[in-house]
Amino acid sequence: MLAVDMTDIARRFGSVQALDGVDLAVEEGEFFGLLGPNGAGKTTLISVLAGLTRADRGTARILGHDVTDDFRFARRNLGVVPQELVFDPFFTVRETLEMQSGYFGLRGNGAWIDEILHHLDLTAKANANMRSLSGGMKRRVLVGQALVHKPPVIVLDEPTAGVDVELRQSLWGFIRKLNRDGHTIILTTHYLEEAEALCGRIAMLKAGRVVALDTTHNLLAQFAGLTVRLAAPRVPAAWQPRILRQDAGLFHIRLDSYAEMETLLRALREENVAIAELSLAETDLEQVFLRIMKNPESASAGVRT
Amino acid sequence: MTKIVGHGWLTLLHKEVLRFRKVSLQTVAAPILSALMYLLIFSHVLEGRVSVFGGRVTYTAFLVPGLVMMAMLQNAFANSSSSLIGSKMSGNLIFILLTPLSPGNLFAAYVLGAMVRGLVVGLGVFAVTLWFNPSLVVMPYPLWAIAFALLGCAILGTLGLIAGIWADKFEQLSVFQNFVIMPLTFLSGVFYSIHSLPPFWQALSHWNPFFYMIDGFRYGFFGVSDVSPWTSFAAVAVFCVALSVTALVLLQRGWKLRL
Repeated sequence: MLAVDMTDIARRFGSVQALDGVDLAVEEGEFFGLLGPNGAGKTTLISVLAGLTRADRGTARILGHDVTDDFRFARRNLGVVPQELVFDPFFTVRETLEMQSGYFGLRGNGAWIDEILHHLDLTAKANANMRSLSGGMKRRVLVGQALVHKPPVIVLDEPTAGVDVELRQSLWGFIRKLNRDGHTIILTTHYLEEAEALCGRIAMLKAGRVVALDTTHNLLAQFAGLTVRLAAPRVPAAWQPRILRQDAGLFHIRLDSYAEMETLLRALREENVAIAELSLAETDLEQVFLRIMKNPESASAGVRT
Repeated sequence: MTKIVGHGWLTLLHKEVLRFRKVSLQTVAAPILSALMYLLIFSHVLEGRVSVFGGRVTYTAFLVPGLVMMAMLQNAFANSSSSLIGSKMSGNLIFILLTPLSPGNLFAAYVLGAMVRGLVVGLGVFAVTLWFNPSLVVMPYPLWAIAFALLGCAILGTLGLIAGIWADKFEQLSVFQNFVIMPLTFLSGVFYSIHSLPPFWQALSHWNPFFYMIDGFRYGFFGVSDVSPWTSFAAVAVFCVALSVTALVLLQRGWKLRL
């Protein structure tokens, strides 16, 4: 059965078409990434899944349960870590988790709550009021709240925004462990290296549409090659079309293979272009992302639904 | 051993009660004190000058049920409305919206939570005023008093829920409180019998649902009232059902909550 199955989801807010016919299927046990620039519709898509927003059309199912008609079971199977750092200032960390557990109709959940507190390194703060916690700790409580009912599908909306490096690492360690234990993970993030390292499959959203959907490996392979970062006054005319990006006199030029390096160097020498600085890197997700966002058609072959 | 028992709404009710209990100085003690102030000042100034129910009841005694009811109504409204708007403003309402709680569950938890606060404050005011009027503890029709107390708190808890769903900020809530709840309360006969009003205002009072809540409640204390308790009961019950249906429809549609 599919962990998440969304068909033709559309949602308009006033004049903005936030989602424009999104199809998305996530298998059980996947570590799935949802990428896109601000305003692409990532959070709206998650909100539809969580029942926080109603779609104008289309259906969304979580483990076979429709998110509106069968919302009780759909929500029991879903844990959401929201993007905003929200909390209830009236309660302590433990009360917050016990309460969340209670809303799901769970009784005697203390042992699991202790385990969550331990894994998120919050045991020492269990009886502290939510107000007194640092931003990073509040973020961890949000993760804990999403896990109290042991949901098989977990959605994390920008969970590491504004979180320091150390905490990010430990948070990812924990999320990876949940994924190994069989939980399906859906993640949105702005840190593309994070998505590259964690996600087995990635969907890219732009203006409410899925513009790329493939395994991380295939996405990278599709744009296989190398990038030369070249600091020089200009680039020979023949190489102009290969320029990916240009900032402050630094040209990012795409190569298909290492052998092409020689051709490039020869062209530079022939035109007497002085090289101030040069470095070589393999294609990373950031470049794939930028190219797809610039020209979605180039990746349309990668869309499989 | 973890068990799913499906009573998640009881946790929400518990949270609602815990929320006002944690700040009980502000949510329980303060309204009791202000009711006491009203009683001391109004009874001192007006006792012997205002005749109610043809002189069968002293003014101070007459005032007590009015003040108890007023405290209950205001606090029931305050509880559900401020809890909901607070959760909306701070964004933590999401924790409730993400759960399997149904519209009916949310309705029950918020309204019952408001009723608990209203009744606790009402009992507090009653207990304090007994010190001035010990005879009031002997009620001819306590069941009427209880019925109107429950219905009044339920109605204002539901109104608070609707106001909380509607309002986008605290300011709008206080508009609702100052321009709807306060006038309806003060013009309902808390401080006077509507028979002492000119005919126009008397007729107008009959369109105020708060009048029936207070009049019916007072009947429980004295066995006398401006209109029959059955009339009041019918008016209040109809109002309660209409508001409940409205609140449930809003929750079902997710109006202003699920965008």
